[in-house]
Amino acid sequence: MRMETPDEDLARAAALGDGDAFAALLARHYDHLFRLAFSLTGRRAEAEDLTQDICAALPAKLAGFRGQSRFTTWLYRVTVNAAHDRRRRAATHMKAATGWGDWELDRQAAMADEAEAQGWLMQAMAALPVDLRDTVALTLGEEMSQAEAALVLGISEGTVAWRMSEVKKKLRAIAVAEDL
Amino acid sequence: MDEIEALKAALHVAARPADPAAKAAHLKLAAENFAQLHQESAGAKRPMSDRPSQAGFLAGVRRMFAQLSTRSILAATTSAAALALAVVVILPQSPSPNLTLPKLEKPVVPDLLVPELLAQEPTASTDAIASTIAPEADLDDGRADATVVEPEPALTLAPAEAPAPAPASNRAVGKLAEQAPADATALGGAVQGAVADSMAASPAATLSEAMPVPMPDPAYQTEPDTEAFANAADNPLKITADSPVSTFSIDVDTASYAIVRQSLMNGSLPPADAVRIEEMVNYFPYAYPTPDGTQAFRPTVTVLQTPWNPDTNLVHIALQGRMPALADRPALNLVFLIDTSGSMEDANKLPLLKQSFRLMLTKLQPKDRVAIVTYAGSAGQVLAPTAAGDHAAILAALENLAAGGSTAGQEGLQQAYAVAATMAEAGEVTRVILATDGDFNVGLSDPEELKRFIADKRESGTYLSVLGFGRGNLDDATMQALAQAGNGQAAYIDTLAEAQKVLVDQLTGALFPIADDVKIQVEWNPATVAEYRLIGYETRALNREDFNNDRVDAGEIGAGTSVTAIYEITPVGSPAQLSDPLRYQAEAVASTTTELGYLKLRLKAPGADVSTLIDTPILPVVAEPGEEVRFATAVAGFGQLLKGNAFLKDWGYGDAIALASGAKGDDDFGYRAEAVTLMRLAQTLSGE
Repeated sequence: MRMETPDEDLARAAALGDGDAFAALLARHYDHLFRLAFSLTGRRAEAEDLTQDICAALPAKLAGFRGQSRFTTWLYRVTVNAAHDRRRRAATHMKAATGWGDWELDRQAAMADEAEAQGWLMQAMAALPVDLRDTVALTLGEEMSQAEAALVLGISEGTVAWRMSEVKKKLRAIAVAEDL
Repeated sequence: MDEIEALKAALHVAARPADPAAKAAHLKLAAENFAQLHQESAGAKRPMSDRPSQAGFLAGVRRMFAQLSTRSILAATTSAAALALAVVVILPQSPSPNLTLPKLEKPVVPDLLVPELLAQEPTASTDAIASTIAPEADLDDGRADATVVEPEPALTLAPAEAPAPAPASNRAVGKLAEQAPADATALGGAVQGAVADSMAASPAATLSEAMPVPMPDPAYQTEPDTEAFANAADNPLKITADSPVSTFSIDVDTASYAIVRQSLMNGSLPPADAVRIEEMVNYFPYAYPTPDGTQAFRPTVTVLQTPWNPDTNLVHIALQGRMPALADRPALNLVFLIDTSGSMEDANKLPLLKQSFRLMLTKLQPKDRVAIVTYAGSAGQVLAPTAAGDHAAILAALENLAAGGSTAGQEGLQQAYAVAATMAEAGEVTRVILATDGDFNVGLSDPEELKRFIADKRESGTYLSVLGFGRGNLDDATMQALAQAGNGQAAYIDTLAEAQKVLVDQLTGALFPIADDVKIQVEWNPATVAEYRLIGYETRALNREDFNNDRVDAGEIGAGTSVTAIYEITPVGSPAQLSDPLRYQAEAVASTTTELGYLKLRLKAPGADVSTLIDTPILPVVAEPGEEVRFATAVAGFGQLLKGNAFLKDWGYGDAIALASGAKGDDDFGYRAEAVTLMRLAQTLSGE
């Protein structure tokens, strides 16, 4: 029954102390949450830690959910902010780069086809600055529209569009470098 | 294919669903927190330091974290502090900023790069790093990261931002201002003071989880950078007539030796700045003459021929702490506070910790009691106070520990102290032993408050020791700060052998301090000693006047441990004298005594406010050194070789090996044999 209830209603019920509503809501979105965490961090272990941080903090955070935006938008914003904080707190630049660096090691160990795609992914993600990477995680990883991503990131739609064009430029630069 | 499409496809291929076990655990944690939250008043708990909606106090704390919670940032901040101080000194002579820039560049970008990234795609990676830094700086209002990117702001930011509430730092800076350029060691001390302070302000260490276990640990590439400024320039040669007094604090840390060892074992010479000679020398137990009666310490001074210079002498100063009879020791109440956060999962962390504690149990007596508290996400007691004899119960509790979750360090500490309070009885020693990789990143309200909390508990009789698992530098600083506040030692456990050393062989020393704030001052006699230099202790230099100031903090020593300091002195009239006599100064000092100098020690009984003085003259009797002295000398020589010290001339690793091999003594635990192995490795690696 609950599964049909809109996210926002569940969220409001949860904010008022309905434990079942909270559990249903989180169960519904956990996989998305994890996938986004992975896209943001580039490492499974890191993604697990991040997801756990968010799960632990979510009950308290939910009190701040005003129902003014979609729940998923709100949740993703929480996630991006948490990833941002974690990155900053944890091993800011180094870890941001190593996450995708470890990946490169995995890649070399793994088999050809998929590995090649992943290697490209790793290389591409590592070449992107953090804000572009976040944008990529939302628009490409989560297939959000630029408007949705803009809401999550708290920036204008124009900025998202600009960032994606930057991403494209950088990716092309990589492709050119590879051909050389 | 379009690049964007390709990236999208790759992301989808890469994203695999979460591990079901982790998912279940996370959902459970969320449900628990939910239930807890709705029992308590809403909003009271803040398990995650996410952006607060209101700026203010918390934001300030966060800012400190942001600056200090990573190695890279630590390096930047440290260098910023060093720079700021250096500029104070240098400007009057030479306003050129060029002098300072290279320092800043060095620790920041290239060395922090992960090697494989660099190898893979040099331009792209460099680009990535540079741009990774820049946007963060924007987002953070140029706080921590601005110090990385822009040299100039760093200069202005550092003094303002380096949180320096404690008097130590003020003193350090003030000292520098007074002494100005004359004294290089003062600079070292001052920098260290400031750095230590700013480090101490942040227990938010997050560490080496970035380094997966199986690959060669890149921490060693970054280590030197973060250590670089913890180490001042080599102590210079001093002319006795100009500055006859040498003052320093003892140092019982041994971290530098572990770094040197790991570096050599990994097949590279350690960076010179990672070598702190006194920590290498003091890593080894020595059988020095033990104190009589009730004295806490016995100083032994040996004057010997310098192995690397026939025309100078070494003055070897050994302090041996009293070893109370083991059987009479008071009962111990130990609360293990174990970090079981996700980052502890590595093989060299939680699993090693379990092994280590197993070893330690064998050293406890039946009258001792043990309790275990863990912290990860939420804190919990996993073993109620249990007699140390009940190995089965303790081992079972240890075995059940599993890593997972984030860290709620403060909550854990509070619970550990609460458990400790229930165990404490008159005449017993109660100690919390914190085992962590330093990941104190969640649930922390205020680092200063945390230190105060620990210090308060120390006053009430509960001490704190910190065991570090997994290596990293900030970790080091945080743990040292916590342990110092808790009157304990911070030790690193990187291998089971090290666990054996710290938790078994030297357990008593680690758990029962016998003297606090131990300082050494030597006044050299200009009539007999022309020049002198202290080997090592660069970062431990104290002001001459600090010696008698009981408020100035210094090192602590545990039961039965020893401390060694070595001076190289050039007797008056020796051909080795490097400085010429001055033409316009007074004639050489008339000799009223043949003493080389006068050694003074100050130390406090544990918990006491007032220090006591021990003093003894240094007599000019050149003795044939015993094994202990020869070994310490060999290690000091080894350390200087690693640092590339010019005073050694053509004395090399081969000589160090010969000297050390002939002085291994009983070496029950094989530490000295290991040192000789390391010397051989260094010899090979250096191409000697």
